[in-house]
Amino acid sequence: MKRRKFIGLLAGAGACLAASPAAAGGAQHFEGYPDSFGVLFDSTKCIGCRKCEAACNKVNELPAQKIPFDDLAILETKRRTHHDTFTVVNKYDVDGHPVYRKIQCNHCLEPACASACFVGAFVKDKTGAVHYDAKKCVGCRYCMIACPFEIPTYEYHDPVTPRVRKCTLCQSRIEEGKLPGCVEACPKGALVFGRRVDLIKIARERIRKHPNLYVDHIYGEREMGGTSWLYVSGVPFERIGMREDLGVTPAPELTSGALAVVPAVVGLWPVFLTGAYALTKRREKIAEEERKHAVAEAVSNTEAEAARKLKAAMDKAERDKQAAVDREVKKALKEAEEARKKAESAESGDQ
Amino acid sequence: MSHHTTPTKSFWTPANIITAVILLIGLVLTVKRFTMGIASVSNLSDDNPWGIWIGFDLLCGVALAAGGYTTSAAVYLFGMKQYHSAVRPAITTAFLGYAFVVFALMYDLGRYYRLPYPLTIYPGPTSFLFEVGLCVALYLTVLAIEFSPAVWEALRWKKIRHLVHGLTLILTIFGVILSTLHQSSLGALYLIAPSKLHPLWYSPYLAMFFFVSSIPAGLSMVIFEGGLSHKYLHHKMDETHLAESSGVTLGFAKAASVVLFAYFILKWIGVALGNNWSLLFTGWGAWFLFELIGFVLVPCLMYAVAAREKNEKLAFWASIVTVLGIVLNRLNISLVAFNWQLPLESRYVPAWEEIMITVFIVTLEITVLRFCLHKLPILHEHPEFKGAH
Repeated sequence: MKRRKFIGLLAGAGACLAASPAAAGGAQHFEGYPDSFGVLFDSTKCIGCRKCEAACNKVNELPAQKIPFDDLAILETKRRTHHDTFTVVNKYDVDGHPVYRKIQCNHCLEPACASACFVGAFVKDKTGAVHYDAKKCVGCRYCMIACPFEIPTYEYHDPVTPRVRKCTLCQSRIEEGKLPGCVEACPKGALVFGRRVDLIKIARERIRKHPNLYVDHIYGEREMGGTSWLYVSGVPFERIGMREDLGVTPAPELTSGALAVVPAVVGLWPVFLTGAYALTKRREKIAEEERKHAVAEAVSNTEAEAARKLKAAMDKAERDKQAAVDREVKKALKEAEEARKKAESAESGDQ
Repeated sequence: MSHHTTPTKSFWTPANIITAVILLIGLVLTVKRFTMGIASVSNLSDDNPWGIWIGFDLLCGVALAAGGYTTSAAVYLFGMKQYHSAVRPAITTAFLGYAFVVFALMYDLGRYYRLPYPLTIYPGPTSFLFEVGLCVALYLTVLAIEFSPAVWEALRWKKIRHLVHGLTLILTIFGVILSTLHQSSLGALYLIAPSKLHPLWYSPYLAMFFFVSSIPAGLSMVIFEGGLSHKYLHHKMDETHLAESSGVTLGFAKAASVVLFAYFILKWIGVALGNNWSLLFTGWGAWFLFELIGFVLVPCLMYAVAAREKNEKLAFWASIVTVLGIVLNRLNISLVAFNWQLPLESRYVPAWEEIMITVFIVTLEITVLRFCLHKLPILHEHPEFKGAH
């Protein structure tokens, strides 16, 4: 494969990988479906009778409870939702007075569970319900990690077909024109069902009319980007176990920034890495050429040196030879001279 | 473990007996998990949906398998050919590491048989878990291909081995991209839960922390496993591996030291960004400093000294401290500092069965790794493929 073609393929793969998360993570402001429903809970009216719990158990066909719903002693313990209880009422002691608070799925406008789910098993329905589809669920339980209200629960005891369980807002009953089970059962009007926009008006009106009875805050109007369940209370919400430090950022916005980096990584890494590879190759090539050059130079240097040495040796040998010849000639001449002198002296002695 | 040094000795050495016992208990618990449900073998609850199977098996498993992409990138992309003999052992451990991460996930997923759903019929691309799943699946495939030449060589299938070898560059680049994405995404999983993770560990930089720390994690695992191989599998290593191993150890020690220091600084930038200075003086702050100084700064300095003084033993110890530090960090984020606001009685402590299943999976992985190192040309070159790189 040609390198250029390869990079093209990578870029294409990157675009595919990146396109959908970037779009989904885009920080568009979502105000919620305009006519979606919700429920307003008024803690000043709740008497902790647990009728809503009983109704919830009945309409959702949940297993029978060990402790009957008319046993109010259970209110003394802090409870949370479980796979067989979609809603619970807890009692809080605020300066010696009991204050009750109902817990169930808040049906966020931009749900953390839906953002976290990697198979899209949670959908915000136009009725306002956050709908869970057990047919898609793989059972990773990331929704439970993500939910800031600690609502989704799991059927850990089921080995084959465990489901996430949570309040459905009685979506099917709403579609039939009925009230959610808990709202219908409430004897004190602590729960009001209606269009969310209307519920906010009702809540404001109550706070305006009775400023000494309510704290000036509608919990759920803006928490985590807003929820379909809304709460008004006579005491600060943190004193009835509701977190006031969650902020107003919708959950999807917490991850959209990091998700936006994904296309950058997919786009830039191949370029940088191929570049690094090319640089490495080039460095190796240059090093190789330099090495070859150095070797060639060394070889020619060595050769020249060898030639010079050879010549020097030859010259020296030549000189030595000449010297030896000279010496021998000299020696021979000297010997001849001596012989001649000897002969001469012998001749003169004879005379 | 010693049956190979003395082939006549019985198979039932102490190490093999312990392995067999662990595997047996693991099998029994596996049957229990898949017939009686997650609740029968774990303390997972509605408050604590993720336990050690995610915190250790997944988060630590993936971080500690980072040796694959770091080593192959160093050798094939950045031209550090002197570390070539480290590539195959690193790829082998990475491949087995990821394979067993997926295997361990089967225990944790309620409907494990639907694992392909997010990648096939019901994609949920707004989730960081989707990105983790996609990248891990693709990377496991890449690692399988990168690992396969060891098998082809053992089988003497020269043509396919040659074909795979031709893909090295592409596979390495893919490996780095996919690793960058899923290593960081594992940290980004927690971005959605700022109200549950302690602010000293929660940071918009979580993704970067996880990616950057995966580099020394991978390098340290290569050093650590190299040290162990040297000790226990000396006879399986050929001259090239033996000759290069000290270079690999010291070179990687230097790199790990540099990256650990960068990570140390990044973590402080994280504290500054969240303006969490006052939290440092709480009990959680002490625990945070214990992790950051004891298991990031200390091994960083140990590595620096080891590289400077060419002290392989010190580098080996530094690798152990680094690995423990990565495990501590991942467990802090997923378990210890997660749900920190819950009352003590609602906090998670793993059940013994959960721990035992994790021990079982790790033992199984080590057993398979030992088998591979003994039977395949990983620590030595196959005689018929010598120098064919």
